[in-house]
Amino acid sequence: MKPFIALVTRHRVLAVIAFLLVFPLIMPYSALAVNVLIFGLFAVGLNVLFGYTGLLSFGHAAFLGVGGYLTGISMLSFGLPWWLALPIGVIASALVGLVMGWLAIRTRGIYFSMVTLALAQCVYFIFYKAERWTGGENGLRGIKVEPVQMGGLTFDLLNPLTKYYFILAFVALALWFVSRLLASPFGAVMETIRENEKRAAACGFDVARSKLLAFVLSAAICGLAGGLRALHLSIVPIDSLHYLTSGQAIMMCLLGGMGTFFGPFVGAAAFLLIEEGATNFTSHWQLVTGVVFIVFVLFFPKGIWGSLLERMKRS
Amino acid sequence: MSTPILSAKNITQRFGAFTAVNNVSVSFAAGKLAAIIGPNGAGKSTLFNVLSGAFAPTAGEIAFDGKDITGVAQHEFARRGIAKSFQITNLFPQLTARENVRVAVQMRYSRFAIFTPRAKFTEWADLADALLERVGLADRRDRLARDLAHGEQRCLEIAMALACEPKLLLLDEPTAGMSPEETMVMMQLIRALANERTVILVEHKMKLVMGLCERIIVLHHGELLAEGTPDEIRSNADVKRVYLGQGPSK
Repeated sequence: MKPFIALVTRHRVLAVIAFLLVFPLIMPYSALAVNVLIFGLFAVGLNVLFGYTGLLSFGHAAFLGVGGYLTGISMLSFGLPWWLALPIGVIASALVGLVMGWLAIRTRGIYFSMVTLALAQCVYFIFYKAERWTGGENGLRGIKVEPVQMGGLTFDLLNPLTKYYFILAFVALALWFVSRLLASPFGAVMETIRENEKRAAACGFDVARSKLLAFVLSAAICGLAGGLRALHLSIVPIDSLHYLTSGQAIMMCLLGGMGTFFGPFVGAAAFLLIEEGATNFTSHWQLVTGVVFIVFVLFFPKGIWGSLLERMKRS
Repeated sequence: MSTPILSAKNITQRFGAFTAVNNVSVSFAAGKLAAIIGPNGAGKSTLFNVLSGAFAPTAGEIAFDGKDITGVAQHEFARRGIAKSFQITNLFPQLTARENVRVAVQMRYSRFAIFTPRAKFTEWADLADALLERVGLADRRDRLARDLAHGEQRCLEIAMALACEPKLLLLDEPTAGMSPEETMVMMQLIRALANERTVILVEHKMKLVMGLCERIIVLHHGELLAEGTPDEIRSNADVKRVYLGQGPSK
């Protein structure tokens, strides 16, 4: 088992992409696979801040939402093509991240989480009230993505499987970026901040600026997830800014294994599959995800993937 | 005396109504091994924290190498050449010993590079290995910091402090909680380090500093009680009264 683990760890991006390439074939239907892809990326974005830098944000829905809304608004109100709208969504998310991060990093621990929550609620209400631009309570509707022409090939995004692979291309790019980030010198700085902030400062690292950079990068990745979600759903629901969405990302991270590269995807898949399965029996599906979550936090604090990795390393 | 490497003028540090350090002025000559001592609660650690940049003093000024550094951010201290080790072991527990030092070495070269793999910079790892060798931890480098023995963790602290190539090394009770054997090893290490740079330690083991240091500063109730060579301190009546008179030191 060990050489296999070593191989997967060394080529973690390729391993994840290989898995995601066959993933829709084992899912009951493609839309669910797309959802896992998008929420997986969202959780990966949060994991950069939560799992690797050690900062628990309760406000990451803001970035999923802003990424989605700005992508959608760029297309609907300004008639921009999707390939311009998507980067606008990502940049807008990063900018909101810059402001939220700048305010939040002044605090630590639970206060940090509370400040991010409060600021994300502010973002929620701004978008809720700006009905003319955002559609308010109804969400932003009517985003249309024309068939994409690339190198003589046409990708019709109305076909769910085509859409899955189209979105996977962006997710793969983002994963490659995150992997580089984690392996970079700055990636080491993030880990030292998680491990011991005081010592990181004594070593000569500007902790505040490093936290801010991690926050902004994390926001940008979540913004990309939001933009892709807008293309996927053709609408941006107002829930994407809701604090429950932030909570879901945290649950996915913990369920899959925070601070592991692949964990957030496993967490997203587990969460969404449980939701999918449970809604067939009861409208109180949160009860089921809640119990599963509690069991994991109590007995498998490293999450599904984290525990699995540990077991395989030992054997 | 030439310009001191570090000088603190009229340092006062208050925490609310409590004055931990009251109007203390000290300066340290370059290349010397000095110690700040005093009974528990004398304000040693507070003065240490002010000198090492953990907090800005309520009043007073600190100058390093002739430049004012009062109120400068903690991370600036390391970049200017003042490194410290903590009294309570303060490492990156889940990283290996080698990674602890490697990241400390990295600070001098790269802080915000987000795209180049750090494995490419093998020279950082080499520098880290050399430092681990220096403090006698070469064969423990792949252990997680939290799995090291207490004495080893203290040595790792020193290796990390050395990583920024400091001109001034501040050590807060480097032998705290160590066995007599470990203390001997640490004292030898400190003596060797002091040959290359200025070292200031905070200690309350009187005997240890008497044999080790060239200059001693004694604090009592947050105020400067005496300073001088070990012999002068030993024969100082005030010091005897507040310190030696209280029975054997720990």
